[in-house]
Amino acid sequence: MTVWNVDKNAEAKTMVITAEFKTSITNVWQLWADPRLLERWWGPPGFPATFEHHDLTPGGTITYFMSGPDGVDRFDGTWNVVEVDAPTRLVVEDAIVEDDGTPSDGNSMTRMEIDIEAAGDTTRMILITHFDSLEGMEQAIATGVHEGMKACMSQIDTLLAEVAA
Amino acid sequence: MTDATVSAARLTSSAEGVTYNQMVVEILEREKQTDRLFFALSDATRRDIVTQTLDRERSVSELGRLYPISLTAVQKHVEVLVDAGLVSKHRSGRKQLVRGEVNQLRRGHELLDELETVWRARLERFEDVLNETTGKESE
Repeated sequence: MTVWNVDKNAEAKTMVITAEFKTSITNVWQLWADPRLLERWWGPPGFPATFEHHDLTPGGTITYFMSGPDGVDRFDGTWNVVEVDAPTRLVVEDAIVEDDGTPSDGNSMTRMEIDIEAAGDTTRMILITHFDSLEGMEQAIATGVHEGMKACMSQIDTLLAEVAA
Repeated sequence: MTDATVSAARLTSSAEGVTYNQMVVEILEREKQTDRLFFALSDATRRDIVTQTLDRERSVSELGRLYPISLTAVQKHVEVLVDAGLVSKHRSGRKQLVRGEVNQLRRGHELLDELETVWRARLERFEDVLNETTGKESE
């Protein structure tokens, strides 16, 4: 199990996830820094993400869309890059946008802070997600779950990958 | 109990004092929040304000008519409840509206649970990609 600790605070609308990986800091960083790698894990199976624009510099913008197999459901997202300290720290603010590019929830800027650090012979990733509103949380969940997709599906994938390896 | 377990885990497995200190700050902050919550609920008028504002929003002046106390006193009670996160205040025209947030808080807990599931699945995929990419490098 990669997820080491999850700390949730409903009052502050904040979640802190700590995960550890048996690899280098640079390798973990690459999964955020390389849009082709990022899109392989961001969206759930059946609802893949495509990162169109990926400017990983402070003030830069990252845009992506997610679409289902029918091509009808489409979800557009924009991240504003706040801080970049490669390969250890990344801060983005997430604004889910409508088709015309306007934020669908004016005040629901979700802040995501990613810290990557050495932890013995593993690499620890601490991810802090902060929400301004319950609506923002609902939107974040919508991008992660599609058509009743459950976590177990992904666990099956993991098992298959292990068997195949 | 959970906090103590978590902080102990942090203490033994984290070499970085920063992470541990951050955790202590979070625990202290949560204790303060609990104190505010209990203090806010220790008064009958304040408990009633929460009940009255749960089903629908009420203006401060509307609440003032419910109790034999001054509007200023009502406002003070509302402030205590806002600090404890039990009600929220917002403006609508010239009216100051008060809304009970207990349900909001419960919804917040539910949403965070769902979000945890989303992120656990996402991090499983994260690790899959990581394994594939590092696999390539070592070959």
